[in-house]
Amino acid sequence: MGRADDADGADVVVLDYGSGNLRSAVRALEATGARVELSADPERARTAAGLVVPGVGAFAACMAGLRAVSGDAVVRERATSGRPTLGICVGAQVLFASGVEHGERTDGVGLWPGEVEQLRTRRLPHMGWNEVRPDPGSVLFEGLDGSRFYFVHSYGVHAVEALRERGARVTTVQHEDDVFVAGVEDGAVSAVQFHPEKSGAAGARLLSSWVAALPSGGSQV
Amino acid sequence: MSVAVRVIPCLDVHAGRVVKGVNFTDLRDAGDPVELARAYGAAGADELTFLDISASFEGRETTREVVGRTAETVFIPLCVGGGVSGPADVDALLRAGADKAAINTGAIARPEAIAEISRRFGNQVLVLSVDARRDPAQPSGFGVTTHGGRRDAGLDALEWARRGAELGVGEILLNSMDADGTTAGFDLEMIRAVRAVVDVPLIASGGAGTARHFVEAVEAGADAVLAASVFHYGTLSVAEVKDALAAAGHPVRRDDLAVAGPSAATT
Repeated sequence: MGRADDADGADVVVLDYGSGNLRSAVRALEATGARVELSADPERARTAAGLVVPGVGAFAACMAGLRAVSGDAVVRERATSGRPTLGICVGAQVLFASGVEHGERTDGVGLWPGEVEQLRTRRLPHMGWNEVRPDPGSVLFEGLDGSRFYFVHSYGVHAVEALRERGARVTTVQHEDDVFVAGVEDGAVSAVQFHPEKSGAAGARLLSSWVAALPSGGSQV
Repeated sequence: MSVAVRVIPCLDVHAGRVVKGVNFTDLRDAGDPVELARAYGAAGADELTFLDISASFEGRETTREVVGRTAETVFIPLCVGGGVSGPADVDALLRAGADKAAINTGAIARPEAIAEISRRFGNQVLVLSVDARRDPAQPSGFGVTTHGGRRDAGLDALEWARRGAELGVGEILLNSMDADGTTAGFDLEMIRAVRAVVDVPLIASGGAGTARHFVEAVEAGADAVLAASVFHYGTLSVAEVKDALAAAGHPVRRDDLAVAGPSAATT
């Protein structure tokens, strides 16, 4: 997959560390003009201009899969060295300190404070197109305040203030009476709880904004 | 601030081709699921469902190839049903490019398949498709059928939906076999009854004829509405359904950003 023969566009690696639909993510990123490669190679993940960490299913299984390809170490190193990383859905959740599912706690990559826990709503999963509210100054959500993105999850992070205190821009979403994290932008690391690759034009715009901010690319759309 | 009501066109696919007449005048090939999916994506559909009615292994393989091309072209969620009986089938569909799988007779034959699938992939990938009809012989008055409504599964529809949610499906797709094809409206009583026993999202299907019918289904408790014929024959557009929902005060998604969607970049 990918279009490695194309000379233009930012170099993006989608980390392939388990099952799930990755074709849409690869194709939606390609549509922004990026050169996209699906890879489980830690060295490629380490050196790419942009790294996308997808993820579906259980937190613990995702963390195990991520560790198996040294993805946790790669993500930490990229965060330190300022190379952009984008986590999607459970790939976003694993960036936090920990996750709790069915009473069992699993350590995450630990970039951010907060625990991934079951949403405090009656209707679960939180499934469908919901409106997001980004903090002022968001790059990822520029022009997307109030846009709807496609969510499908039962777990999430409520540590909105703790993230803001460490200087991150937080985008929130509300389901029933529960308000939780929909997006985080913290230096080189960004994460979204929803699926931009499944979110039509709004998702395409968000991915384009992320790719455009990568070193040496994004303007060749 | 709440989740929008999803409006979901459903395509019956046989060996990679759309069956049932489709009356989209501006399509080069109305029998190509990818073309139709793209048209519905552009028309504002919130999700798509492919029901694979292929009877053969080869037919299903062909459909999977179509699922892959759709996932690379249309950037909204895609659910695929037909022939799902366990984790291996779901894995194949997800790898092909589906976001969700719908299970029906496979779960009736072996309910533990639900738990096996949701343990491995999470409950959000699994939709329990229930073909139900009025059945005085069942305690709730609603029974489950198989084979397109022709056979009685011997299950109470409410009990089956409740059990499915308990075993680990993330959604219930409730098809009224009585209302299906009548265009006389959804079976609202059945929607209300199932809504009362499950907390997972509920997709109502069967009987849609007018935009008002969709509003009634939502007011009876559906989180999403699915239809085939009214969309395929052009009786109603997705936008008309959303206009009616919005006018009745229900949140809908409008994909009206002034940017080129990913589909514009495809050939």
